Amino acid sequence: MASKFKQALNSGKFVVTTEVGPAKGTNMDAMLHHIDLLKDVVDAINVTDNQSSVMRFPSVGGCMLVKQKGAEPILQMTCRDRNRMALQADLLYANYMGIENVLCLTGDAIPVGDHKEAKSVFDLDSVQLLKTVRTLESGKDLGGNDLDGVPSYCAGAIVTPEANPIEPQLVKFEKKVNEGAEFFQTQAIYDLDNFKKFMKHARKYDTKILAGIVLLSSAGMARYMTKNIPGIFVPQDLIDEMAGAPKGQALKTGIEIAGRLIGELKKEAICDGVHIMAIGKEEVVPDILAAAGM
Amino acid sequence: MLVSEQKPVEEILRYLDGENNIFLVGCKGCAEGFESGGEPQVMEMKQKLEAEGKTVIGFTLIDMVCNQSLSRMKLIPYQQVLDGTNALLCLTCGSGVQSLSSVVNKLVYPGCNTISSVGGHAEWKEAERCMECGDCVLAYTGGICPIARCSKSMSNGPCGGSENKQCEVNPGIDCAWHLIVERLTKLGRLDKLEEVIPPKNWGVSLTGGPPRY
Repeated sequence: MASKFKQALNSGKFVVTTEVGPAKGTNMDAMLHHIDLLKDVVDAINVTDNQSSVMRFPSVGGCMLVKQKGAEPILQMTCRDRNRMALQADLLYANYMGIENVLCLTGDAIPVGDHKEAKSVFDLDSVQLLKTVRTLESGKDLGGNDLDGVPSYCAGAIVTPEANPIEPQLVKFEKKVNEGAEFFQTQAIYDLDNFKKFMKHARKYDTKILAGIVLLSSAGMARYMTKNIPGIFVPQDLIDEMAGAPKGQALKTGIEIAGRLIGELKKEAICDGVHIMAIGKEEVVPDILAAAGM
Repeated sequence: MLVSEQKPVEEILRYLDGENNIFLVGCKGCAEGFESGGEPQVMEMKQKLEAEGKTVIGFTLIDMVCNQSLSRMKLIPYQQVLDGTNALLCLTCGSGVQSLSSVVNKLVYPGCNTISSVGGHAEWKEAERCMECGDCVLAYTGGICPIARCSKSMSNGPCGGSENKQCEVNPGIDCAWHLIVERLTKLGRLDKLEEVIPPKNWGVSLTGGPPRY
């Protein structure tokens, strides 16, 4: 039986995912509130894994809470903090607990986070983690040993359509597809012409693409991201639109822009769905979808 | 001294699949001392390759292959011979393979795994070249090491953070994966990147397993 998310991917509908981040600590009130707000308006909810190399409540624990709320979780797993034994163990646990969707990531580097003295693991990379998922599904572990009870997953990965230069990114994209990535959630995209070029390439492969939509909350944020975050490009006209928002209305403008992008992606059937990253503003995700006419 | 040992010949033959004219390079430095790439090992490798139907179109031994200038100079007399091949097999440590790779527009395949530098370093000193991982992947990556030169030691391609050919984690250094793709593009051998590098055996690396020296 395919996971609910996989069924949505295969249904031909325009799929919507979003994400929540567990707390640093044991107070899950905010995350539980976000899950309540989101669970009926999206097809699945990612739970981030020590996002930006900042130590938090674990993604597998967060996915359990998503399940308890009756929603469909996507387990984000990075290779930064666990070796192949720990990753496989967590994959088995997740599957047993009914967490069937996994997003395989290499993970940010340790120095960008809040535990700069930690030892980075990177025993595997994202491509090898995808391979690990498929190996477990074959009834074996990476050591070649038989499993007692065989799991199955819907496995995905990420890609950066605005990477500069793009060629190395496409090499890796193809490897991920070949290792069985059933879906991709992309890094943020804002320029639909650029994204269409990427999709022209991606459409040659048998996989589903969910475009990454990062909510702009101010003109300053838009400028900062395009200047400082590799792989994110915000066109000047969108920065101007944010800067031109009336005082106190920047978030509203950001919601309109995100909604407009999603509306166009869906109307023109450019990709298979979207992954909305609201970064601390999860409560407005329903507004974004409303602005998209969904 | 860098301690290296020869890769199993089956692994070398797998790398050389499709490459028929091979030029062999040995090293009269550490690899001679550790009997992984001195003259007897080069001659032995020549015989093994020929027994498998490969043509060894030439060979040479260089005092220290990791000395980039010396390698460049020592290959000058072989320019014409080298024009007849696309593949060099280098029986040295990883630094030697990368040094040689940087002075020829050909694929340079590693014939050895580097298992320890026993505290020493090779002669090409401007950047980290070899992490003594014991499971050399240079055959896949155009002679540029992603284990030593990528901030995350990624085996199968860049992360999403490389921008303008620079590393996201340390913007002062080149993105190793950009260098790899650029070099293989230049050589017309991007096909080398189609194969997925499997999970590495970290048990033989200097930091992953028990010290061997």
